Amino acid sequence: METATIPAELDVYWKQLDCGFPRVEPVFADCMREALATLSKQGVDAYIENARFLGKMGRGAEPILIFMEKWPAVAKTLGEDALPAIMECIRRMWKSPNGNAITPFLQSLPATARRLQSPQQLRGYLDIALDFMERTTGSIHGIQQTFPSPGLPSLFKQVSVLLSQLSLEGLKNWVEYGVRYYKDHPDRQIDYFSLQSADSRAVLQRERHGTLLVDNERKLDMYLRGLWHDADQLIPYSGAFDELRKPIPYYDKLGIRLPDVYDDFIPSVGCTPCTENGAWNAPYDKAERIVISGIDRYRAVLAHIAAHRRWTTAIFADNFSPFQRMAVEFLEDSRVEYLAMREYPGLRRIFAALHPIPAEDACDPENESGVRHRLAMLSRAILDPRHPYKNPHIIEFAQRFLALMQHSDSGTPEMADLAVLFVAKTRRQSDQLPKIHFKDTVVDYRDDNRQMWKFIEEGDEEEAFDEPRKIEPGEEINGLPPRHYHEWDYLNHSYRPDWVSVYEALHPSGSAADIDRLLAKHAALAKRLKKMLDLIKPQEKVRIRYQEEGSELDLDVALRSLIDYKSGATPDPRINMSHKTSGRNIAVMLLLDLSESLNEKAAGCDQTILELSREAVSLLAWAIEKLGDPFAIAGFHSNTRHDVRYLHIKGYSESWDDRVKGRLAAMEANYSTRMGAAMRHAAHYLEKQQADKKLMLVLTDGEPSDVDSKDGRMLIEDARQAVTELDRQGIYAYCINLDSKADKYVADIFGNQYTIIDRVAQLPERLPQLFISLTK
Amino acid sequence: MTNKDQYKVNQEPFYQPQGDEVALYEAAYAARLPVMIKGPTGCGKSRFVEYMAWKLGKPLITVACNEDMTASDLVGRYLLDANGTRWLDGPLTTAARIGAICYLDEIVEARQDTTVVIHPLTDHRRTLPLDKKGEQLEAHSDFQMVISYNPGYQSLLKDLKQSTKQRFTAFEFDYPTAILEVEILCKETGMDKEMSASLVKIGQAARNLKGHGLDEGISTRLLVYAATLIKGGVEPRAACRMALVRPITDDADIRDTLDHAIDAVFG
Ligand SMILES: Nc1ncnc2c1ncn2[C@@H]1O[C@H](COP(=O)(O)OP(=O)(O)OP(=O)(O)O)[C@@H](O)[C@H]1O
Ligand SMILES: [Mg+2]
Repeated sequence: METATIPAELDVYWKQLDCGFPRVEPVFADCMREALATLSKQGVDAYIENARFLGKMGRGAEPILIFMEKWPAVAKTLGEDALPAIMECIRRMWKSPNGNAITPFLQSLPATARRLQSPQQLRGYLDIALDFMERTTGSIHGIQQTFPSPGLPSLFKQVSVLLSQLSLEGLKNWVEYGVRYYKDHPDRQIDYFSLQSADSRAVLQRERHGTLLVDNERKLDMYLRGLWHDADQLIPYSGAFDELRKPIPYYDKLGIRLPDVYDDFIPSVGCTPCTENGAWNAPYDKAERIVISGIDRYRAVLAHIAAHRRWTTAIFADNFSPFQRMAVEFLEDSRVEYLAMREYPGLRRIFAALHPIPAEDACDPENESGVRHRLAMLSRAILDPRHPYKNPHIIEFAQRFLALMQHSDSGTPEMADLAVLFVAKTRRQSDQLPKIHFKDTVVDYRDDNRQMWKFIEEGDEEEAFDEPRKIEPGEEINGLPPRHYHEWDYLNHSYRPDWVSVYEALHPSGSAADIDRLLAKHAALAKRLKKMLDLIKPQEKVRIRYQEEGSELDLDVALRSLIDYKSGATPDPRINMSHKTSGRNIAVMLLLDLSESLNEKAAGCDQTILELSREAVSLLAWAIEKLGDPFAIAGFHSNTRHDVRYLHIKGYSESWDDRVKGRLAAMEANYSTRMGAAMRHAAHYLEKQQADKKLMLVLTDGEPSDVDSKDGRMLIEDARQAVTELDRQGIYAYCINLDSKADKYVADIFGNQYTIIDRVAQLPERLPQLFISLTK
Repeated sequence: MTNKDQYKVNQEPFYQPQGDEVALYEAAYAARLPVMIKGPTGCGKSRFVEYMAWKLGKPLITVACNEDMTASDLVGRYLLDANGTRWLDGPLTTAARIGAICYLDEIVEARQDTTVVIHPLTDHRRTLPLDKKGEQLEAHSDFQMVISYNPGYQSLLKDLKQSTKQRFTAFEFDYPTAILEVEILCKETGMDKEMSASLVKIGQAARNLKGHGLDEGISTRLLVYAATLIKGGVEPRAACRMALVRPITDDADIRDTLDHAIDAVFG
């Protein structure tokens, strides 16, 4: 057994190992040296003994190879004491039909050790794995212990990704879910445990640690609106499935893209926090470590992006080399952040903690390209006046930057000039090397800057325009003859008489039971609403006290007055009371926008806006019926001014019965939104109601528009005019808007008689509540 | 007899004009046209009226309206006394007699059957029938009617009748621009410019959230409170949380966002 590669001093171990695999021999010496350097005497013995066992298990060379190479490092993180538990786990796999999972298990050990950090944690993890193994082994068609667990090898292959995002608790829940649903489905089990299936990812998402975007959308939306007067869709992307290349935040036409989760950020030692008003006075290396919470990390990204949106003007990319472009981006990022901090000094604390501090000597100029490294240092130097850098170029350019910003906002082109100079002054031969120094150069709250560049050569974009929609034959509505309404032309300050034709028809009918089901689904909410309704429900008779003339003497007050009088004080003469029946006298018209866009899925849930509206309207109708206010429901959509359709769902004389519910159940969304005409038509019904107060609620998800109206303002102005007309008729119009960008127009139309519901999913709850508070 | 002077505004109140409202008001007063001032709470409506009364040198009688108020509370009533009964003018009657500016603050709070008593005073008749007393009071030539209300209260039941609205000329007030509001804080509280600007910035963040969970943003009045607290030695962040954030919302998300705004502004 003497071999050339085994040094004499290791020979005794080699003999103990007693291993015949040719692949082990060449690595043996290196492994042993590392083991001897890191393990105790007993540790080394255990190392050899267990390696020997793995070699004789009959599962090839892989297990012993991996173990020999990895164990010393794992033992360093977890302690040598962890070994028995690990070996026990391997033995259990070996004795069951799950020997095929041993290799993936061993392979995952270094990564799991890094995540778990302690032997207790490891034990918890092994318990989860073994429990999983037992419950999924051989349970197909009741045959015991014959088939290996289909999911076990996949689980070990994914476990480092899983543990990077889940606590043990979360891992346990995730595994539990998979076992519960896919115990008896080998293929689906594999899909689940290899993170291929959608539900697997969804459960992972649910169990994640950190601050989730979905849980904080409203707060972040408020941040953007409140502090930056900006608003956009916030769209999460997942960083979970790509450990190497983390996606970077960005924004485009559809919205702002952000990671779906942020953990709290703990800066490495040496990161400078700053004190009050950006004064930097703690000694640099002793600076306290501040934790930046997940929500503040989101705010940092939003602040950076909002700052770009406010202060960056796109410039042509074609004139710059790739390095120059990178430099322009770094400097422009610094500039917009500088301006943002001028607005909100508190941002400095967050930015400074999140921004990396590349070590000045970290980059090897002989073998790596140092452009990124230099730019990251410059960026740090600009952000942090007490930066540690000695490089004269870094110092010079940080000063030039600050001088530019001193008295003005400067601009993207000025940053481009400065960037080009910087690149020229600091150029090195090695910049061209393929290996780029990356460490500590990524500022992870910054976006990818795609909005900063324009390109001269751009594909001729085809002019997109809406095809005018045609009514399909046979779709004609046979109903009443059209009624004509005027429309307001704001450009000429006059009405276009009889401009719009409104066709009214009975809404087609569906199944009333669907609506009852919806109401049943919201039973808990209905119960809450009921309480609120009882409070505002008109009592049969209301007593009005403190009347000078009334129908009866109010004894309490009369006595008090008498006493006042006798004692020489001024008595209150209002000693009578009278009765009045119900102060509530409100007629309501609920007008529903049924245009095409309602078919879209509401953000953050899988129902369409139409479905949510249907639920909300059902609840509202139920509530109003309970109150006894007369009310009507109608929907509308339009397809040019010649064809505005007004769909009758419930009239004032009808009660909330199966016919009405049936129509609501069949509600569909199509075409456009000519709101003014629909409001005028609805008003002519509401106006005829005998009521002190007349309320028209308009539920819509967007601005008025129609295919034949090119000027976007036109129908907005007309709707505004319609609101004024309604006001004159004594009708109070109120808009419930589901478009989070509605600020741009809704106030123009409805003054302050509106509410925007940003989270459409809440509509079923909000709509009835809104009605109640409007009319109490 | 009622003493006119007791209603005079003696000291010049500080009022920061936002536009041409002072001149316009003077014109309305010259024609004795009734004036209505709409605007969110705490934006300076009452202060403006006070200032105009001072500027015009006319007495000012202010009535804060409420739901329980009856017509007699405005017009007057008979009181019982040892010798029988005695008539006592209400504030509206007093104002019409002595030629004061009568300011009905938050008029929508009053019930509509109460508000109709101002109708004859606010059209060409300029009279007030005191039915119980059997008197037809001709308004003094200096008398003017001013009402204010906040259209932000989104309740259908709290709105003015058209027939009331259409008797008034109207101003639409809003919170002042940032520059003016900083000025107001400085002059009103003696606060320095930098701190005032920070407070105004927080106010604006809240106003941007109007309609998105907040019915109304932070008023100028609250900003004045915050500045006053800080002047009195309260730590600025604590003062802001107490005067600006806690009063206006119970919504945790909004509170959190505004608390963050405070930290962001003060750095
Ligand atoms: N233009 C202004 N000039 C001076 N002070 C102002 C001005 N606007 C607001 N203020 C300050 O704000 C405070 C509130 O203003 P004011 O009492 O006039 O509000 P308001 O509009 O009448 O409110 P409400 O509707 O609640 O009665 C004032 O006491 C004053 O300190
Ligand atoms: Mg950027």
